[in-house]
Amino acid sequence: MSKINLQTNPSLASSLSSGGVHERWRLIKDAAARYGVIAGGLGIIFAIALIFFYLLYVVYPLFMSATAQSVNQYDVPEIAMGKTILLGIEEQNEVAARFTDTGQVVFFEIGTGKSILTEAIKIPAGSTIVSFAQGSPVSEGAVIYGLSDGKAIIVKHQYKVTYPNNQKLITPSLVYPMGEAPLVINDAGAALEKVAVIIGGNSSTIVAKTAEKIRLSHFEKEKSLFSDEAALTRTDAVLNYSATDVVEILIDKDEHNMYLLNKTGQLGLFDITDKTTPKLTYEQHIVEAGQTVTSTAFLNGDLSLMIGDSSGLVSQWSKVRDKLNQFAMQKIRVFKVSNKAVITINPEQRRKGFMTVDADGVLGIYHSTSERQMIQENLSQGPVAAAISPRANAVLVQTDAGKMNYWTVDNKHPEVSLRSIWQEVWYESYPKPDYIWQSSSANSDFEPKYSLTPLVFGTLKAAFYAMLVAMPLALMGAIYTAYFMTPKMRQYVKPTIELMGALPTVILGFLAGLWLAPLIEEYLAGLFTLFMLVPLAVILFAFVWQFCPKVILQKLPEGFEAAILVPIIILSAWFAISISVPLESYLFHGTLRDWFKNELGIGYDQRNALVVGIAMGFAVIPTIFSIAEDAIFSVPKHLTVGSLALGATTWQTMINVVLLTASPGIFSAVMIGLGRAVGETMIVLMATGNTPVMDLSIFQGLRTLAANIAVEMPESAVDSTHYRVLFLAALVLFMFTFVFNTLAEIIRQRLREKYSSL
Amino acid sequence: MIKLWFKSGAPWIWLNAAAVSICMIMVVGVLGLVVVRGVGHFWPAQVTQYNYQEEGKEPQLIIGEKVDASVTPSEMAKATGHKMSPDEDTLVQYLIKVGNRDVTGSDFLWIEERNIKQHADPADLIVVERREWGNFYGRLVEVKEAGKSIATGPEAWTVLQSKITEALVIFKEIAHLEKKEIGAINYGLERLRLKQKKLQLENHWDATAQAQVSAETAAYDVEYKKYQAQLGELYQKIRRNSIVAETESGTKVKIPLNKVVRAFKPNEMSLMDKTVHYGVKVIEFLTDDPREANTEGGIFPAIFGTVMMVMMMSIIVTPFGVIAAVYLREYAKQGFITRLIRIAVNNLAGVPSVVYGVFGLGFFVYILGGNIDQLFFPESSPAPVYGTPGLLWASITLALLTLPVVIVSTEEGLARIPSSIREGSLALGATKLETLWLTVLPMASPAMMTGLILAVARAAGEVAPLMLVGVVKLAPTLPLDGNFPFLHLDRKFMHLGFHIYDVGFQSPNVEAARPLVYATALLLVLVIIGLNLAAIVIRNNLREKYRALEG
Repeated sequence: MSKINLQTNPSLASSLSSGGVHERWRLIKDAAARYGVIAGGLGIIFAIALIFFYLLYVVYPLFMSATAQSVNQYDVPEIAMGKTILLGIEEQNEVAARFTDTGQVVFFEIGTGKSILTEAIKIPAGSTIVSFAQGSPVSEGAVIYGLSDGKAIIVKHQYKVTYPNNQKLITPSLVYPMGEAPLVINDAGAALEKVAVIIGGNSSTIVAKTAEKIRLSHFEKEKSLFSDEAALTRTDAVLNYSATDVVEILIDKDEHNMYLLNKTGQLGLFDITDKTTPKLTYEQHIVEAGQTVTSTAFLNGDLSLMIGDSSGLVSQWSKVRDKLNQFAMQKIRVFKVSNKAVITINPEQRRKGFMTVDADGVLGIYHSTSERQMIQENLSQGPVAAAISPRANAVLVQTDAGKMNYWTVDNKHPEVSLRSIWQEVWYESYPKPDYIWQSSSANSDFEPKYSLTPLVFGTLKAAFYAMLVAMPLALMGAIYTAYFMTPKMRQYVKPTIELMGALPTVILGFLAGLWLAPLIEEYLAGLFTLFMLVPLAVILFAFVWQFCPKVILQKLPEGFEAAILVPIIILSAWFAISISVPLESYLFHGTLRDWFKNELGIGYDQRNALVVGIAMGFAVIPTIFSIAEDAIFSVPKHLTVGSLALGATTWQTMINVVLLTASPGIFSAVMIGLGRAVGETMIVLMATGNTPVMDLSIFQGLRTLAANIAVEMPESAVDSTHYRVLFLAALVLFMFTFVFNTLAEIIRQRLREKYSSL
Repeated sequence: MIKLWFKSGAPWIWLNAAAVSICMIMVVGVLGLVVVRGVGHFWPAQVTQYNYQEEGKEPQLIIGEKVDASVTPSEMAKATGHKMSPDEDTLVQYLIKVGNRDVTGSDFLWIEERNIKQHADPADLIVVERREWGNFYGRLVEVKEAGKSIATGPEAWTVLQSKITEALVIFKEIAHLEKKEIGAINYGLERLRLKQKKLQLENHWDATAQAQVSAETAAYDVEYKKYQAQLGELYQKIRRNSIVAETESGTKVKIPLNKVVRAFKPNEMSLMDKTVHYGVKVIEFLTDDPREANTEGGIFPAIFGTVMMVMMMSIIVTPFGVIAAVYLREYAKQGFITRLIRIAVNNLAGVPSVVYGVFGLGFFVYILGGNIDQLFFPESSPAPVYGTPGLLWASITLALLTLPVVIVSTEEGLARIPSSIREGSLALGATKLETLWLTVLPMASPAMMTGLILAVARAAGEVAPLMLVGVVKLAPTLPLDGNFPFLHLDRKFMHLGFHIYDVGFQSPNVEAARPLVYATALLLVLVIIGLNLAAIVIRNNLREKYRALEG
């Protein structure tokens, strides 16, 4: 470094050779400052890169695949207690439960397989277990045993966490929510071949199938006014449906729908809202010919049914309204899980994911909304039973070789895939695939709908209308100001319009939402009249103006048109607004809004794209105006003078010489304006209804990416999928504007070089 | 002829001129709108008494201020369900602010002009501004002290005024005690708690430390008891007085004086009185805390928060912006790198502000702040100190956002300094740093100032990123107070721009809050336009100066 200094600065060289400490210190300071300044300059590039990479860093985990880690494999605990019919895991992933076909429940440590507690279900002597089922939702932990004497017993497995001596201790236990004595379901004492149960807060429903009948028993808790004891009232109903072939019974957690599946793959949907008269509302065959249903399960929320078949397909069926507005079961998607039969399907308890294990022991974890396969692992042994933990971070599979496999799973963001963000997704209970943004809801089994498409659509729609307003005004204004206006006037006009850009957008948004929107609603026809009338009035005035006596014309300097036009525009605008109401009642017999609604079926939101277009147009005008005006103004004078000297009119010169030369600058002005319109937050936040709808209508609201971030970011949990999707929205915005701005800047740099070479 | 005229291009020129005119009309119109609406708010409006009778209903009295009027053609009025007689062309409706929310349930009422039988502005109507339930409109009946009537009739008014003045003094004292003194005690106790936890974490929690902490706690307790007793006395004193007033329907309402801000008779006031009233209200607006979910009272915390944030931001942004500009103009060789930096600067300027908010929230708040908490404030866990949105992060985020403004402006200033000045300095043996520091930068300082002013103007008006990194609708404490360390960078703050958004759109009573929002908007517009004009003036002066130098 000092070498360069020596060459460029001889005086320093001499002072250095004198070797003074002071001089040396000066040089060190100079060099330090040089490096500091260079670092500071390059810091700008670093800053922009940091923003980009940080956004990317947050977004990246969304698209990472999940991982599974085998922790331990051990012998099935207490194998003598019988064959496993159900595995359960508690919240903390420490204790698991094994329900056996002999009515025993074995609780064991999940990591080691060490047995903690074995408890027998209180089955009366003389009867045996015939059937078994798990209640819905799985997180409630209720199971039902159907007995050979027409009775049923309902048990819940529960876990209590205590901290004796500051050590976590989880105590498993069994409780009998419907009493310890078995419930008599079938008076005749016929064996219950299939059972299903829902235990709700105040009501419970049991469906049981004997050899020839299916019976629905409903229990309603009625709190007595005077005691804490709650009396159970029971209603029974026998289904008018052939019981012989029924292999599966499922009831949803609201106790409104019941699904019966028979051996041939015929699905019957019953409306059991009225528990005394179950109605068969719909029937459909749900597997391909030649295949059989091998496993079924509700997805979390009980709105869709997952059907696994012998060919390795898992199909998702949901109750949706069809074209005739009647409920029908609709296959909304299919997963090809394997080539073998799907033995178990285990839904996740808090998300719309599920785990499958096929006959060969291939384990897969999927997510329904995003249609992603998150994990695939081969256990290479046929499965007996499987369970996924409540937090979906651990998996327990018992294989037919008598081993228990314990896996931990890292699967944080299965809800999102590129497909589910940008393409149509068929959500549960929706009649057709659609683009929907609906990130959260009050209940826990809600299917989050993260489609950015309606937001991008809203962003572009708002930007489009804003540009529609801003571009003509800003560009025409720039042309006039730069080329025709007197310099004295320009001196005031340019800063004033640029001042417009300094106005806080929150004020523009506030005015747009609370002042402009009601005004436009009231004078809608007036606004459209204004759009037509003002240019007409200007042209007309201009035409008449030339017949003005020469005396007056000569007194006014050239380039004063803008000033003269001010009263004309205000007058014509005022006229347009004031005839609005009479016009509407005369032409449309009421208001234009009603007319649009009744005649054309176009709805009118008070805060709509028109309001946004005008308000955001106002915000974008100064940006475009300023850059375009600069570009036009700095077109070298000799070009225009040459053109004029060759006999072209000023307007011809303008169009053919000035605009042509300045066109890259104008283009970059538009680009930067567009970037600003795309990213503007407060105006759209306040001047639209923020409804994420995809509707081109100018009278409908919209929601933009930026407004969506501002609305939802403060409420999203850190590092949740929602949080990361919002970061993705920010990244998309960043990329949009990055492209526009970089393009604009490169073009401007070129243009500057061109001007300086001319 | 017309064809020829069109061919000449004249209509196009006129249309272009029209575009400029429209832009100018829009700017002036928007500013005018904000000014007109914002200025009018504090002027005491006439309170009118209407004898009102709707068809087929009992006649009633309505007392209130006329706020708005609407004229609907009969055709439309019919469509919305109004009965119109054939000779009526229009339906005229007035929006009346009737106040008395505690009695009637809503502040505002639409009435139809045709149903007004009579109206007058009697001088004895009073308006009482309250701390709860909004304004009261009606007539004064009596003033009570400790449940006993001490004045009725005409003299009640003068007694009331003196009692209100007394009550306000006590109220101020109470506020001072509660906020300042007891606030300081609470703050001290909290610091003690953290100190104790920290000592425990570091295993220094021994007998001496325990004794010290408990002694300090006891001292605070004694002090607290003292203030508590004082407060009790004051509360008793202020609660003793009340007024009884009558609403339009004759209902008698008792208003305790501790809930009264002021009472006045607008119909009796002279122009002078009104001007004074206006001035007092403006001062209250600028210096008082907000009341009633921000819809009444002042906006002082928002002004203060904005100023604090902008100052912090200026301290951060100026050095970085100036250094980057100096690099671009003085050090870098114009070429690929400078092009890249210019692209980066333009991108920084063009990135949507909400993206800065997202970045600030994720990077500054959660990553930087989270780590600072872990390193320096383990004792306050799990409550975050810097790992939550606050003043510091908002300032840094906005500094990043306004960086390009400072860079561009400073660079322009540097570019205008004739190179002869630099060469002269170098030729005299100064190093580059000395040249820069002693000649170039001082000359460019007005340009930096311009950049800084523009940056401040931008930051003062920016809302979207602040919503994510530290602004709240109501901050219980200011970021600067008398408690050590005086400047609390971790605190959340209020902001004028956010105040407008929040009160205008999130408030439960938007109609009542609207005038206040206009006033706030006016203040913000004045500040920002003032700053921008200052920047323009400085820049113009600078240009003149350099032109002289070059000449």
